[in-house]
Amino acid sequence: MSTPVADELRRRIEQVADPELPVVTIADLGILREITEHDGVLQVTITPTYAGCPAMDAIRADIAAAVSPHEVVVHTVLAPAWSTDDITETGRQRLAEHGVAPPAPVRGGPVDLTLGTRPVTPRCPHCGSGETREASPFSSTACKALYVCASCWEPFDYFKPL
Amino acid sequence: MSSSSEVDTGMVLALADDALVASHRLSEWIARAPSIEEDVALANIALDLLGQARLLYALIGDEDELAYRRPAGAFRNAVMLERPNGDFGATIARLLLLAAHQHALYSSLAAADGDLGAIAAKAVKEVSYHRDHARAWTVRLGDGTEESHRRMQDGLDAEWAVWGELAPTQEAVDWATAVITQATLRVPGPVLAVERQEHTADLDELLSTMREVTAVHPGATW
Repeated sequence: MSTPVADELRRRIEQVADPELPVVTIADLGILREITEHDGVLQVTITPTYAGCPAMDAIRADIAAAVSPHEVVVHTVLAPAWSTDDITETGRQRLAEHGVAPPAPVRGGPVDLTLGTRPVTPRCPHCGSGETREASPFSSTACKALYVCASCWEPFDYFKPL
Repeated sequence: MSSSSEVDTGMVLALADDALVASHRLSEWIARAPSIEEDVALANIALDLLGQARLLYALIGDEDELAYRRPAGAFRNAVMLERPNGDFGATIARLLLLAAHQHALYSSLAAADGDLGAIAAKAVKEVSYHRDHARAWTVRLGDGTEESHRRMQDGLDAEWAVWGELAPTQEAVDWATAVITQATLRVPGPVLAVERQEHTADLDELLSTMREVTAVHPGATW
């Protein structure tokens, strides 16, 4: 249904920020799967990034607050499992602008045509250098790894491919 | 979540209990691991396992009821996972064997339809990172100094001897064997399949610590 009110509510839901990465919206992260309407009540479907993602309750509450006083029912689905490939191009740009290196693609895309080189590491989001190394495959949240730039020596988070 | 009629409740409960108990032991490393990065890594792995346990519990019942109010004797976790932490090498060995087992198991379950298949498909992606992490440490410590090699081997010998309780598949055993060989460690021997063992006082201690807040404030939410 497309009415001015429905469109406005849809826009508000899409603009809900991720609680742990507030520079990106839940739509840009690919957490927001669907918005429909049933008997005049908004039905929103979301999916967790990781099984243990502690932000799910906050996201549900933020969606409810965004459309208040309108009613909304938030459903959670697991399948198909969320992938970092679900992050939109805008989301990837926003992450990079805010110091989080966006993930390499998990599936699809062309094969790497350079043989025998070092594994590709993410570019430093601070200085743009490609000379970076992994400090730990786990970081401040479940979805990120910790990297250090060998050029500017700044540590940074890398959204690890999932 | 759909009805639990089509899932093997006992099997799901065992998977959930394994994940919950392993999660708790890993979380005990926070502020005690060899580096702050490792504190964070083990905490992340513990959080993944806790999330998987919650989804599995929700599939067959009430997660709080199952995690907080069930008697220890009703838990189905493997006893190897409730044993207290000791040397870091033993924790890495345990994680290596647990992740190898979970990865093989969740990979096969992921093909199934329904909620269990969806949980398994999600879990296998997370467990891949746990497996990589355990492999990296096993190789670093095994192929490291004389002391790190000895401690990694001791941990591996102790965990391998009881791994049969998790009934790892041949695929899991082959994967672990390849890592152990790469790490210049000795493969302890054949994996002997054994029944799940009787719980020990270690599980009582673990559960009473985990349930401390709910015991003092029953029904509290935050």
